[in-house]
Amino acid sequence: MRRVAVVGIGQSRFGELWEKSFRDIVIEAGVEALEDANISGEEIEAIYVGNMSGGRYLAQEHIGALIADYSGLAELGIPSVRVEAADASGGVAFREAYLAVASGLYDVAIAAGAEKVTDVGAELAIDIMSSSADREWEYFVGATLPALYALIARVHMKEFGTKEEDMALVSVKNHKNAVKNPKAQFRREISVDDVLRSPYIAEPIKVLDSAPISDGAAVVILASDEIAKKLTDTPVYVSAVTQASDYLSLQSRKDLASFKAVKMAAKKAYKLAKIEAKDVDVAEMHDSFTIAEIIAYEDLGFCEKGEGAKMIREGETEVGGRIPVNVSGGLKACGHATGATGVRQIVDLVRILRDGIVDAETGLALNLGGTGATAVVSILRR
Amino acid sequence: MLPRFWRKIKYRYRLVGSYCENCGEYYHPPRNLCPKCRRKGSIKEVPLGSEGTILSYTVVHDAPDDFKLQKPYVVGLVKLDCGAVVTAQICCKPEEVEIGKRVRAVFRKYSEEGEDGIIYYGTKFELI
Repeated sequence: MRRVAVVGIGQSRFGELWEKSFRDIVIEAGVEALEDANISGEEIEAIYVGNMSGGRYLAQEHIGALIADYSGLAELGIPSVRVEAADASGGVAFREAYLAVASGLYDVAIAAGAEKVTDVGAELAIDIMSSSADREWEYFVGATLPALYALIARVHMKEFGTKEEDMALVSVKNHKNAVKNPKAQFRREISVDDVLRSPYIAEPIKVLDSAPISDGAAVVILASDEIAKKLTDTPVYVSAVTQASDYLSLQSRKDLASFKAVKMAAKKAYKLAKIEAKDVDVAEMHDSFTIAEIIAYEDLGFCEKGEGAKMIREGETEVGGRIPVNVSGGLKACGHATGATGVRQIVDLVRILRDGIVDAETGLALNLGGTGATAVVSILRR
Repeated sequence: MLPRFWRKIKYRYRLVGSYCENCGEYYHPPRNLCPKCRRKGSIKEVPLGSEGTILSYTVVHDAPDDFKLQKPYVVGLVKLDCGAVVTAQICCKPEEVEIGKRVRAVFRKYSEEGEDGIIYYGTKFELI
């Protein structure tokens, strides 16, 4: 496998983009990435696009072809592949594009992620989001996606003494970070009290513990080392992109207080990148619900098992702390455009490393599908 | 949804699951292949018993349309005495539910598909 770099990044704003269509936001992000990389369409050899549920949100399938068409790349006959892994679709699309370039098959490839959610009502949107868990044996009994994360949270609270206040701190931190991100959905600070006073969705998870449902698109352009050196003086190298699976439904898992797929993907990623958890300087994580970020600290090896809550309490993951997490605002405050999120995390990680938003050399991104049946870990270095 | 529901009625109405004769593990929902033994496994259909212990629970306040009339309702993970775990509603008041409490399976209505649609029944649990 050869060295691969990210040479261009772009993204639309995340949020309720009533005035924009699915194709509008994809093209907006794509054009920004091409300008950032300073390349034109002719150099691109393949597109991988993460999209969770075009079929149900828009009644539009064949998303790969749609994007190739509106980006002008169908004119050139460029192959386009849609990738689906619930809200890990973007992360998996990034991995596919990375593997295609690393293997030598292509010199330049695009990884995109896009979701248009607000064309359906909130009720249906939650129903669609809940399709990322087991439809027949979880959702059937009324176990929505927040309810399933609540079951996980309750076990973590019982085993390790994690409190609702600790989860609230994750939300407070991520909102604070989003203030500085012009592409974020919620650019305003909130307090621990605001979170604790917000209504329960599924106890102990409250409205302000949960990422919003957002529209958004993100695009990164990957190139071989050779091409990257010609294009830019500041390439960000991809040291590893790994993926692991777990049982789809919680009832089949042995340990409910951790995500097995995260542990496995992280272990492989550290090995490939020849680093340890302590070498990571900054991370973008999948805080679809605040408990997921706390558990991720542990599963990624940033602290001992059961000490995730202590990490947030002591401010270790704030900007200026030992490992700043979700400098972008995370899914909670930047927004969660399901299929776009995994690519958006890479866009932000590259931005952070390249522009020196925090002092960091090595960054990690963790993207989860559903309740963690898919996990993707990416390690980037400047 | 009708054929999809009807196919699994046997496993929804009663707690019937799978048992692997090779590794001795019980599974719910039923599986055609033992995830531990794969080709070496030998799956048999068995009743899973009706009593167990609450592993985790949540009180759902923001519910989909199908469950609107029931909210707030309790969803739990119940570890049956054979070892298989079931995701199901627990018929009790939100303040009564606790991790570790013993429960027994009961046959209850879950939801219905509108006024003229079919009624979905299944297994819930009640506190012992």
